[in-house]
Amino acid sequence: MSVLVHIPGYLRDFTGHLTRVSLDEGPRTVREALQELWTRHPGVRDRVMTETGEVRLHVNVFVGGESIRWTGGLDTPLPSGAEISIVPAVSGGSRR
Amino acid sequence: MVETRQLSVKNGDVLVLVGTMKGTFMLRSNAARSRWEMGGPHHPGHAVYALAFDQREGRRRIWAGPGTEHWGSMLSSSDDFGHTWTKPESALIRFPEDTGTNLKRIWQIRPGPVDEPQTLYCGVEPAALFESLDGGESWSLMRGLWNHPHREKWMPGGGGLCLHTILPDPAGRPRLTVAVSAAGVYRSDDGGHTWQVRNHGVRAEFLPDKYPEFGQCVHKIVHHPSNPDRLFLQNHWGLYRSDNGGDSWKDIANGVPSDFGFAMSMHPHDPDTVYILPIESDLFRCTPDARLRVYRTRDGGASWESLENGLPQKDAFETVLRDGMDVDRLNPAGVYFGTRSGQVWASPNGGHSWSAIAAGLPPVLCVRAVVVGDPSKVRVPKPAKAKRASASSAKRAAKPKRVGGAKAKHATKQKRAGGAKARKRK
Repeated sequence: MSVLVHIPGYLRDFTGHLTRVSLDEGPRTVREALQELWTRHPGVRDRVMTETGEVRLHVNVFVGGESIRWTGGLDTPLPSGAEISIVPAVSGGSRR
Repeated sequence: MVETRQLSVKNGDVLVLVGTMKGTFMLRSNAARSRWEMGGPHHPGHAVYALAFDQREGRRRIWAGPGTEHWGSMLSSSDDFGHTWTKPESALIRFPEDTGTNLKRIWQIRPGPVDEPQTLYCGVEPAALFESLDGGESWSLMRGLWNHPHREKWMPGGGGLCLHTILPDPAGRPRLTVAVSAAGVYRSDDGGHTWQVRNHGVRAEFLPDKYPEFGQCVHKIVHHPSNPDRLFLQNHWGLYRSDNGGDSWKDIANGVPSDFGFAMSMHPHDPDTVYILPIESDLFRCTPDARLRVYRTRDGGASWESLENGLPQKDAFETVLRDGMDVDRLNPAGVYFGTRSGQVWASPNGGHSWSAIAAGLPPVLCVRAVVVGDPSKVRVPKPAKAKRASASSAKRAAKPKRVGGAKAKHATKQKRAGGAKARKRK
């Protein structure tokens, strides 16, 4: 079964304006799914991930309705037919 | 969605690039600098702390460092005055994996010397220096500074631990001088391989040891191409000058209402003329006495005079940040600054008179003033409706160096009365 990744508006410049990307290779974890996403659309990676390989502080990644922060991070397993959402957090406004 | 207004820019125009908390704006005028039109916002929603214009080898390239808390900071450039911008797929500024460090913000973009037209520098937070030797196509961390034994003990200033100022050497030497908050001034004499601290004589008001080897919170340093060994420094409390490339510094806060401040700009044609914008204190970061005043020295810091003609002198609780002021290279020079309240002020006559050229912008983070093309070939028209008095004053402003006279006496009087140093120690 494929995994579907929902792309937020800010990142669509780097996915050829695709709002969703279907990954047919059956990634087993979020890490594998995102790696496949970067392979297809390399411009997304540095906007979502830091140099040290973590999801940026004010970016949330959900599997279904659950944030991966509470389910094992990038190693969160993906059930068959999972949907991943990359979403800018409501945090991140500047104090300045 | 916000619409970006584009400008049509031609040779001889003056362009004031304004980086704000919410994007980049551009103000365009002809050489008279009396009427301005605004373009933007570019990079809407991004905080733009760093802008630069690179005209070497016939380029017309604007560099920007837009960033958001969500998606990070990326370098971007435009060769058509903002009609199009690059959006690199991979971040050009990346800390190498072995550093275990993530880029937080781009603070400074600086083209290298004219005789190194492919060299650019970028200063970032956490404090580090990046270099490009191919015109900005690729960048690498300058390991010499990154591996400096002091670096692990550097402390962040209020704005973060940032490398915010880069001064390449215009004299053809492999010298590079940088300023870091809060670490101080560091200089390399071998093209960035090794670095020496250059803080001797600079006070750290906020540390138990007031004159430490490093740890000073330097806000800005400037120098003039004709005399690059003379540096001026706006400190977190303190105004200084060095005549030996930063080897030692001496206090020049002679007659300013406060020696606290951020912005500092060098006159383009006179190595003795410097502009600053004093701020009341580190606790109350607003213009002293709620008056918006630029201060200028024309004698290398021996005295300072207030420039306030046209600037609000009542209820002006303004702040101008470290990169919020710049000068153009016309004659007479234009001086520009932007406030955190979103105003941009301009003086087409070296600071003699001022007018607001933009208001209602997001908080201004940086200002870069450029003359498109060769400034020496641009003829500055005389003001159309100049009154006799202001015309003569403008003529005086065109000759910035002046020693003595009533203003110097006034400055001396202020100095005797105590000035900034007396205020600070109250």
